[in-house]
Amino acid sequence: MPGMIRVLGPFMLIVLVAAVFLKLDPLSRFQDSVPPAEQLMVERITIDDDGLSFLVRSEGAEAVSIAQVQVDGAYWRFQQTPPGPIARLGAVWVHIPYPWVHGEAHHVAFLTGTGTPFEYSIDVAVPTAQGLGGDWLFYGLVGLFVGFVPVVLGMLFFPAIRQAGPETMGFVLALTMGLLGYLFVDTLAEGLDFAEEAAESFSMREMVWIVMLLTGATLFLIGRRLNNGLSPVMLAWTIALGIGLHNLGEGLAIGGALAGGAVALGSFLVIGFTLHNITEGIGIVAPLTGEKPGLPLLGGLAALAGLPAVLGLWLGVQAISPHWGAVAMAVGAGAILQVLIEIALIIRRRYFGESAARPVGGIVAGGTLGLVIIYATSLIVTA
Amino acid sequence: MNFPRLSRRNLLGTGFLGSLLGLSATRASTALAASESHSSAMYDKHAMGAMMTVGEVDHARNGFDPHAMLTDWDRGTTSVGADGRVTREFEVTAEDKEIEIAPGIFFPAWTYNGRVPGPSLRATEGERLRIVFRNHGSMPHSMHFHGIHGASMDGVAGAGEIAPGEEFVYEFDARPFGCHLYHCHSIPLKRHLHKGLYGAFIVDPDPERHPEAGDVARSRLLGTPENAAWQEMVMVMNGFDTNFDEENEVYAVNTVAHAYSKKPIVVDRDRPIRIYLINITEFDPINSFHIHGNFFDYFDHGTTLEPTSRIIDTVMLCQAQRGIIEMSFKDFEPGNYMFHAHQAEFAELGWMSHFEVRA
Repeated sequence: MPGMIRVLGPFMLIVLVAAVFLKLDPLSRFQDSVPPAEQLMVERITIDDDGLSFLVRSEGAEAVSIAQVQVDGAYWRFQQTPPGPIARLGAVWVHIPYPWVHGEAHHVAFLTGTGTPFEYSIDVAVPTAQGLGGDWLFYGLVGLFVGFVPVVLGMLFFPAIRQAGPETMGFVLALTMGLLGYLFVDTLAEGLDFAEEAAESFSMREMVWIVMLLTGATLFLIGRRLNNGLSPVMLAWTIALGIGLHNLGEGLAIGGALAGGAVALGSFLVIGFTLHNITEGIGIVAPLTGEKPGLPLLGGLAALAGLPAVLGLWLGVQAISPHWGAVAMAVGAGAILQVLIEIALIIRRRYFGESAARPVGGIVAGGTLGLVIIYATSLIVTA
Repeated sequence: MNFPRLSRRNLLGTGFLGSLLGLSATRASTALAASESHSSAMYDKHAMGAMMTVGEVDHARNGFDPHAMLTDWDRGTTSVGADGRVTREFEVTAEDKEIEIAPGIFFPAWTYNGRVPGPSLRATEGERLRIVFRNHGSMPHSMHFHGIHGASMDGVAGAGEIAPGEEFVYEFDARPFGCHLYHCHSIPLKRHLHKGLYGAFIVDPDPERHPEAGDVARSRLLGTPENAAWQEMVMVMNGFDTNFDEENEVYAVNTVAHAYSKKPIVVDRDRPIRIYLINITEFDPINSFHIHGNFFDYFDHGTTLEPTSRIIDTVMLCQAQRGIIEMSFKDFEPGNYMFHAHQAEFAELGWMSHFEVRA
């Protein structure tokens, strides 16, 4: 019994303190006649023949009503489902039967009961895929070009890497670290970008860091448990997993861009993206130089690293909410972080042991070159 | 207050999509073109009724109805002095009041007599006017009349501006005849104006003083049989800046967006129409009135008995400019005739109306 009291006592005290605070309500002094802070944000948008639809989330301290909707500076009829005020952190779909113009920009404002407009811009209006429809195969093809094809192309460098001696191997491993280091930062940045777009109340900025570290730590511990240090094949699998999650995020972003109506033409960008992602293939096979990997293993690795881009594109086209995008990116960053640590441990074990040669120059050069290559190819993509 | 922009990655993602998506985009636009001619959904979103506020304003809660306001003249109370001269007295009270300016949108207004626009004060040329003004609001206010009066009656600071709880009586003669207005002249002026402190001040011509145009003057004088033949109404063009960024979110005639569009003003086609039109819109340099399918004569400021513009269908007014519109639908096809600001921006944000002409 005394044990029970020791546990229940503090709980009861917490309830009591909360009750006293609510009873006294000292904050009411500061809230006198101040209108409730309203906050609305658009999480998703779909554009089709019936008009525009928005997933609108309320972030205010209290429920918010959408009283009227303006499109391009004109009041417009709309249907809200479910109707009524939007509870804190609740979301509704707002459908506007608007005769939007293909390829042009449209500006929408949601006016609350106080007449406060919350604005959203569609940069370039193009129809969004309606639940993929008949285009899923087509989007899948795009996903293959983004993820799978470049990874396979990168893996074709495997025989060349294999020819190299142990000195060159250190260089290649360091190169991989450079590539992955960039991808880690890039993925994390993307996650934080998504977090920026997510509802503020979800604290996604903090969650991206937490999920990333948690993922990295979990994967690392699993790796330790499987083996005292990862085997080269296992390492290749974990690299493929990390890159796969990165490509999932990439697919999400691309699909989201399509759904969001942002379009920039230029087929040379395809080439840039392919070059950019080829480096991922090199990274995956780098640990396997001492092995004799069969075609099924290489195919499996390529699939794990590349195919998530297809999945990401499918999900992204249907416009996922940004907080889920942030989580996906954070998981990807965490996976890459774990791979970085694993490779660093291998380099340390192989080249910085008691009797090792300690090829500092080669390692530094490899890491730098890896960063330079992936950064340079990213420039082509951004152009 | 803006929503997040598309990220860099989103934009770069579309780069290669553009090339690969050519097929899909073409297919989608073909579908769109097809639906434009066939789909009823497409027809609906192009119909005029689609560009409209959603829901209804609770006029009872507001305490004023834009339709009743059209003809709701405040004539005050009159007394005749020993010299036979008429003194007309009005009572106006300033008060803070939340009003619904579009369905579901509530504006923290400052009002005269609890309504926006304030009461349409109507007097006759030559009368002595006494306006008893009480300030029950939270700020200093005044009534500045557009008319002829002495400096001490001007309704500016030091001449009729009063603090909350105080009272002031403006006294002056009703002249010149015409379509005028009054408004608060306290500073900051923009805020006191667009919060709702304005109203119509109409001075009817005294036929005795205008023998050369007695019939015209009598037709303008409220209460005469000649005047009864007319369908008179007052329209105050106004706007509301609901987020106080010096741009109006809502435009209207007599405050409520789309009020005369959702429920057209019914007019008898055999009787002429006279509109006392006043522009008090803040933040925008001009406002305008445009009638569909018809033309009108216009009397700028209403201070003449002859039109200042004849046979026009659009008139442009700066802030505080006003005038009288006279027109007729005699022998016209019955039906809905649209009228609105010919700034499409204002029309689309609420200043859109209809006459329903009945035989």
